Amino acid sequence: MHIVVCIKQVPDSSQIRVHPVTNTIMRQGVPAVVNPYDLFSLEEALRLKDRVGGRVTVLCMGPPQAEMALRKAISFGADHAILVTDRAFAGSDTLATSFALASAVRQIGRDMAVDLVFCGKQTIDGDTAQVGPGIAKRLDLQLLTYVSQIDAVDPERREIVVRRRAEGGVQVLKTRLPCLITMLEGSNELRFATQAGIFRAARYPVQRWDSKAAGIEDPSRVGLKGSPTVVRKVFAPTPNTQRADLISCESGTPEDLAATLLAKLTTRNPELAALLGRAGMQETGR
Amino acid sequence: MQERFDVIVVGAGPAGNAAAYTLASAGMSVLQIERGETPGSKNVQGAILYADALERIIPTFRDDAPLERYLIEQRFWMLTDDAYIGSNYRSAAFNRPPYNRYTIVRAQFDRWFSGKVQQAGGLVICETTVRELIFDGERVVGVHTDREGGAIYADLVILADGVNSTLARKAGFHAELQPKDVALAVKETLFLAPEVIEQRFGLQGEEGVAIEMTGAITHGMVGTGFLYTNRDTLTIGIGCLLSNFVQQKIPPYELLERMKAHPAIQPLLAGAELKEYVAHLIPEGGYNAVPRLYGHGWMIAGDSAGLVNSVHREGSNLAMTSGRLAAETAIALREADRPFTAENLSRYRRRLDDSFVMKDLKKYRRLPATLHENPQFFTTYPGMMNAAMHEFITVDGTDKKSKEKAIRRSLGERRGWFGLVGDAFKLWRAFE
Amino acid sequence: MNTPAARRPAGRKLELDPRLAAYQGVWVFVEHERGQAHPVSWELMGEGRKLADQLGVPLAGVVLGAPGEPTRQFCQLAFRYGADRCYLIEDPALADYRNQPFTQGLTELVNAYQPEILLLGATTLGRDLAGSVATTLQTGLTADCTELTIDPENRSLAASRPTFGGSLLCTIVTLNYRPQMATVRPRVMDMAPYEATRGGEIVEHPLRLVETDILTKVLDYIPDNRQDRPQLAFADIIVAGGRGLKQPENFELVWELARVLGAEVGASRPVVQAGWVDPERQVGQSGRTVRPKLYIAAGISGAVQHRVGMEGADVIVAINSDANAPIFDFATYGIVGNALQILPALTGACRQHLALTQRAG
Ligand SMILES: Cc1cc2nc3c(=O)[nH]c(=O)nc-3n(C[C@H](O)[C@H](O)[C@H](O)COP(=O)(O)OP(=O)(O)OC[C@H]3O[C@@H](n4cnc5c(N)ncnc54)[C@H](O)[C@@H]3O)c2cc1C
Ligand SMILES: Cc1cc2nc3c(=O)[nH]c(=O)nc-3n(C[C@H](O)[C@H](O)[C@H](O)COP(=O)(O)OP(=O)(O)OC[C@H]3O[C@@H](n4cnc5c(N)ncnc54)[C@H](O)[C@@H]3O)c2cc1C
Ligand SMILES: Nc1ncnc2c1ncn2[C@@H]1O[C@H](COP(=O)(O)O)[C@@H](O)[C@H]1O
Repeated sequence: MHIVVCIKQVPDSSQIRVHPVTNTIMRQGVPAVVNPYDLFSLEEALRLKDRVGGRVTVLCMGPPQAEMALRKAISFGADHAILVTDRAFAGSDTLATSFALASAVRQIGRDMAVDLVFCGKQTIDGDTAQVGPGIAKRLDLQLLTYVSQIDAVDPERREIVVRRRAEGGVQVLKTRLPCLITMLEGSNELRFATQAGIFRAARYPVQRWDSKAAGIEDPSRVGLKGSPTVVRKVFAPTPNTQRADLISCESGTPEDLAATLLAKLTTRNPELAALLGRAGMQETGR
Repeated sequence: MQERFDVIVVGAGPAGNAAAYTLASAGMSVLQIERGETPGSKNVQGAILYADALERIIPTFRDDAPLERYLIEQRFWMLTDDAYIGSNYRSAAFNRPPYNRYTIVRAQFDRWFSGKVQQAGGLVICETTVRELIFDGERVVGVHTDREGGAIYADLVILADGVNSTLARKAGFHAELQPKDVALAVKETLFLAPEVIEQRFGLQGEEGVAIEMTGAITHGMVGTGFLYTNRDTLTIGIGCLLSNFVQQKIPPYELLERMKAHPAIQPLLAGAELKEYVAHLIPEGGYNAVPRLYGHGWMIAGDSAGLVNSVHREGSNLAMTSGRLAAETAIALREADRPFTAENLSRYRRRLDDSFVMKDLKKYRRLPATLHENPQFFTTYPGMMNAAMHEFITVDGTDKKSKEKAIRRSLGERRGWFGLVGDAFKLWRAFE
Repeated sequence: MNTPAARRPAGRKLELDPRLAAYQGVWVFVEHERGQAHPVSWELMGEGRKLADQLGVPLAGVVLGAPGEPTRQFCQLAFRYGADRCYLIEDPALADYRNQPFTQGLTELVNAYQPEILLLGATTLGRDLAGSVATTLQTGLTADCTELTIDPENRSLAASRPTFGGSLLCTIVTLNYRPQMATVRPRVMDMAPYEATRGGEIVEHPLRLVETDILTKVLDYIPDNRQDRPQLAFADIIVAGGRGLKQPENFELVWELARVLGAEVGASRPVVQAGWVDPERQVGQSGRTVRPKLYIAAGISGAVQHRVGMEGADVIVAINSDANAPIFDFATYGIVGNALQILPALTGACRQHLALTQRAG
């Protein structure tokens, strides 16, 4: 079985700051990490490979430094790594990104047909959850998002059964390979790389594809040109400067503070007063 | 598959990177092992880089190293609870390239340096901790890591694993660190817009300033505080002897919080946002605490060898220099086709003795003990100096001559004339 | 590379292609599952109404489902929540949500009736469907929006959304492509008012797909036990705890107050990551957005990623030992103090209050 996992290198968003004057993003020195959601997909792909054999190819589109992310995937046991990198991709939105990645997956399939594509549920920087569905559509793959478990896979009969989280329950779905899966976070636990894996990753020559090598003939479909959406402005959330009404009372004991708060809540917010009354009824009712 | 290398370097800090880079550049097969997620990820601090030591390893480092600001000004402050007296030194000479001192952010700098090691042909593996050394009799022949998959062998292992080197202690190369020989430093990195930094500290472009502080901020403990300007962050920290922390029972972060609230410091930090907080040990034992630095099949460099000049807060330059000298020792032996026996490796110690590293440490060898035994340097003196200054510049109708007398009287009262003279002598001896 | 960054649409055509000007009207996808409409549909209807009025165009609901009265009922609901019209596809293949038939159905409707704006909830269903439809239509889609406005100059939709972990917002426009698509987080927009007598026009359309062409089959559906699953998003009162509670045992204080108030329990991310409570209880950027009438935050600092999930609450009470904690910058009431003492006191006070009101009532 040939499994392709799309992983993205993202800035550790907890360390990004906004320049207070210019409102631009201060990215300098912000460490890059593999998008955490993608690791659940990578692990699931490796488990499938452990189960039925085959090959795992990791694919990333990004600047040359994104090679780090791919190396990391190799250390866990991925077989191949391809970095799609080209200035032409700069400014790609999800539509253009999924176009480029779909094209690269098609190229990867020339060598050995692809049975399964994994994407992360979403990224922590773009945070759209759109690239996975986009790739599936372009490659005409069945789409299974928010998968929490893979129940069965049968490479011979080209079938897979998964559990998918829906809003109010879990769907058990059966579909045909090839398909595209995005894994729900927490659905598995990433393995610890072995020493051999670490060495292989350190020595592994990551393949770099420019847009041509990725099979993209029409450059107007990627980058800014291929992106319908345009970011008009980036801004910091307007801080609400209305400070809290700080509750204090003479004695300062927890009991008096609590009583003072409750009094304020019920006298100043009639709706709340009613609600608090009802709450009690329910409690006694139960 | 068994992995085998000429040299294994443990650690990717300044010492390890200097050693690995020098070795790899000379064509030796080098494996460098770092436990952090990336080189430098465990060293999230702002620091001062002394150009000279790096220049001797990578002469062109200024082309692409992530340097924050070059220092054009140094301030020394002595603080009381609510005042400080200080001196500033700023010179146009510092504003001419090549610059001598830079502020850096270690996380970025270490990563850059490690990239150079890889470009030179060194193999670097991260997120891997060396658990123990493998011995063949007396001789170190390799390492075991925390990863599943067996031993890694090498003709030589260079330990550059930082202060408190567990490896060296486990192997019996040196004893447990003594709380009096090690300082605990806490440090914060705070975001601040570059324009604000420049305006607040009177800087332009990439100019930077460093402030060293003593006095009330340490609450009588032996230690100093510091503040550096980086490009869009400030580094502020304070370090005191671990033994003092133990006695005084002040939590380190509280010490830093109090320092940040000092009326002289607070305005410099206004509006800054916390990015990172770290606590780290600094070896302060000085010359007398330097352990054995080599043996059969091993050498030890940088902080793990205790090579820190605490008086001038220099560490990374000693680390880089010792790493380089260890590597050069190995290269010379390999070229002469001689084995890495303890005897042959003893040249490393000789090279260190001939360098500024040991010379500087030797010069200040009495200082740690002097300071330790004389806490008045951190309590009484800053208070006295500040009081004197206050008296001197307050215009209150007293004539200047009477003021001088009053100052002299108060100095004598607070420490006693014998004490003052004695202290001066002690300090002079320690710095001599 | 799909991260938004401030950039200029350099050299790009800004005025709308006349072909695309034919696209008119605002559509809201009415999401339902197992006979229940997802409330986000009515929140979107409220927002859609504003956009449609501003543009002077009709507002329409889109309903896809199995043939029968239950599905048609959603059209009636859509009218009552403000839709002027409903586009309806009834087909057995649409009984359960599956990507392929739903994508096909929605895409066809768009191509046939050409709306200029199409809104979906940012739910598991909405996100799955929106991404596929946008790709098929080759148009722009803005995910997880928190604010939608119309640019009066060119009638385009300006969609704002948090980015970089919520520390920033960005406004995204879709130039020269129609429809303009967006998904919106549940509980961010106000619910549309309900008018029991309102009606509208239903436009029916066939699904040109037969079951045998659909490759994915639903083998089973395991509904969540409603009792077991936290219903945070729609709770009237939420008591939430953060890292300031220090120990997992102390979180019991939060549960106790919640029990007395008949409230749901929420938490900040560190607490969830430490495993003190179920991940479904996480409030914030990477958790749930909530809009209770009362939100009590104990030992929560009020980091922006938490704030974006709960600042829609009518009243926020913060209990924090640090007077400088950011949460006091936007809470309604604050108590500076130790939550480990205040929480039990508050629980006691509430119990007493409730006993009194009940006797009175
Ligand atoms: C608060 C503070 C401020 C300082 N300011 C300055 C300054 O301004 N200028 C200056 O020159 N010096 C400064 N120093 C000193 C300087 O940081 C050190 O002297 C220098 O980092 C020493 O380099 P090193 O390579 O020996 O050790 P380190 O930088 O500590 O590197 C050791 C590396 O080894 C790794 N490691 C450890 N054990 C293992 C293992 N078992 N397996 C694998 N990897 C391992 C660690 O993760 C680490 O990356 C400061 C120190 C502190 C604490
Ligand atoms: C991409 C990204 C997504 C994120 N998503 C979310 C999210 O969805 N939800 C979320 O919550 N966070 C999220 N975070 C994390 C967020 O940035 C904060 O780290 C988190 O909200 C802090 O949680 P906290 O307030 O419980 O803990 P802390 O920030 O540690 O605050 C604890 C507070 O408790 C107070 N305290 C301490 N002791 C007491 C006491 N005895 N009594 C009363 N008060 C006390 C302290 O003063 C402090 O203010 C995200 C971060 C990132 C980078
Ligand atoms: N540049 C990229 N390279 C590889 N995979 C990507 C890239 N961008 C997005 N993806 C994949 O698409 C998923 C969803 O991304 P997003 O739509 O940005 O939230 C991610 O988790 C990745 O698996």
